Amino acid sequence: MGAQLRLLRRRIKSVRSTAKITRAQELIASSRIVKAQQRMQAAVPYEREITRAVTGVVSNTASVDHPLTVARENPTRAGVLIVTSDRGFCGGFNANVLREAEALAGLLRSRGVEPVPYVVGRKGITWHSFRGREMGGQWGGFSDNPSYANAKEIADVLISAFSAETDGIDEIHIVSTEFVSMLTQEVTVKRVLPLTVEETTEKPETPLPYFEFEPTAGDVLDSLLPRYVESRVFSTLLQSAASEHAARRRAMKSATDNANELIRVFTQQMNQARQAEITQEISEIVGGANALADAAAGKE
Amino acid sequence: MAKLRVGVVSPEREIWSGEADMVIAKTIEGEIGIMPQHAPVLGVLVEGGVLRVKRGGEPDLVAAVHGGFVSVANDEVSILAEVAELGSEVDVARARNAMERAQASVEADQENAEAAAGAKRARARLRAAGEEVG
Repeated sequence: MGAQLRLLRRRIKSVRSTAKITRAQELIASSRIVKAQQRMQAAVPYEREITRAVTGVVSNTASVDHPLTVARENPTRAGVLIVTSDRGFCGGFNANVLREAEALAGLLRSRGVEPVPYVVGRKGITWHSFRGREMGGQWGGFSDNPSYANAKEIADVLISAFSAETDGIDEIHIVSTEFVSMLTQEVTVKRVLPLTVEETTEKPETPLPYFEFEPTAGDVLDSLLPRYVESRVFSTLLQSAASEHAARRRAMKSATDNANELIRVFTQQMNQARQAEITQEISEIVGGANALADAAAGKE
Repeated sequence: MAKLRVGVVSPEREIWSGEADMVIAKTIEGEIGIMPQHAPVLGVLVEGGVLRVKRGGEPDLVAAVHGGFVSVANDEVSILAEVAELGSEVDVARARNAMERAQASVEADQENAEAAAGAKRARARLRAAGEEVG
């Protein structure tokens, strides 16, 4: 067997085993998207109710100046929560988030605000530590399946940094990927604190009820706002997890397709090489036989 | 008579939703009973409280609710719980075990706030499951 033939066989074998791996990854990711989507759905009622409650309190009590709702006069430091994934194999997922985070950091600096990154996901953490950037906080190990406890942990750190008297942060932004559909995920930048309760575009049919508070509006707000931030962080983590799986599925699908295409091309080349080898062998045999026949004819 | 529309939700899932005649929850100010036509209220729930939803005819729905809020508006009651568990879902043996362990560590160290909260939670779970707790 010719050397070229052996080489091609070896390459086909290696590409085929890569294709097996990427195909498996693709299937795993597709099954996890469904689960992640279900978790996103399950978190919706709580988020909706808590948003309604916060809207109710804030619109009822314009007089309450809670530290979490008031914009600082001269912001100097801003926390940026960057949500990335723990593992690679997901195409441009992390690169997109980090690029957007860099753009936001540039924008903040031009306003004279120093950005402080808080990073979720090992990919983002290594990206920052490789560049020697100081991080306000880092969390990893749960990006593909976050629990509420993870969100609480992150929100606690953010809120305590926000309420700290010295060396705190004056704003909190989140850079993450939003799950729009199976095929589209968008990187979004949102400001979480100081709080801007999301305005709904549709007007409620009835004016918001005038709430009574137990014990008082201030106390309710005190415990409601941190929960609201937690719930926002949690939904961000869930969205990002679903997006990660979708991005991974897409990346692995195109990897599998590419591998199959490579296998096709190599197989063709291999067949060509084999055919050329056979043709050469035949012409050698024919040539040899002719030479023998000519020699025999010459003797006579 | 009008009915209340009740939803019990935690961050991870919707635990229960349906209609009811009366909802009894425990806020930091004390127990609050909500019936149809109740004025809009937003209250903070205590850690380790028991929520009771009275439904005419059917047995009461009881749940252990650890922290969170109750909001009432237009005959809609939302219980936003950080952690909540229906009485029927409580693993009694485990809850009892957890309570004994937590109480033991409280006795060993009076300052142990975590264990005290744990004991409270376990007690609420047992009460939600309809167990007698001393």
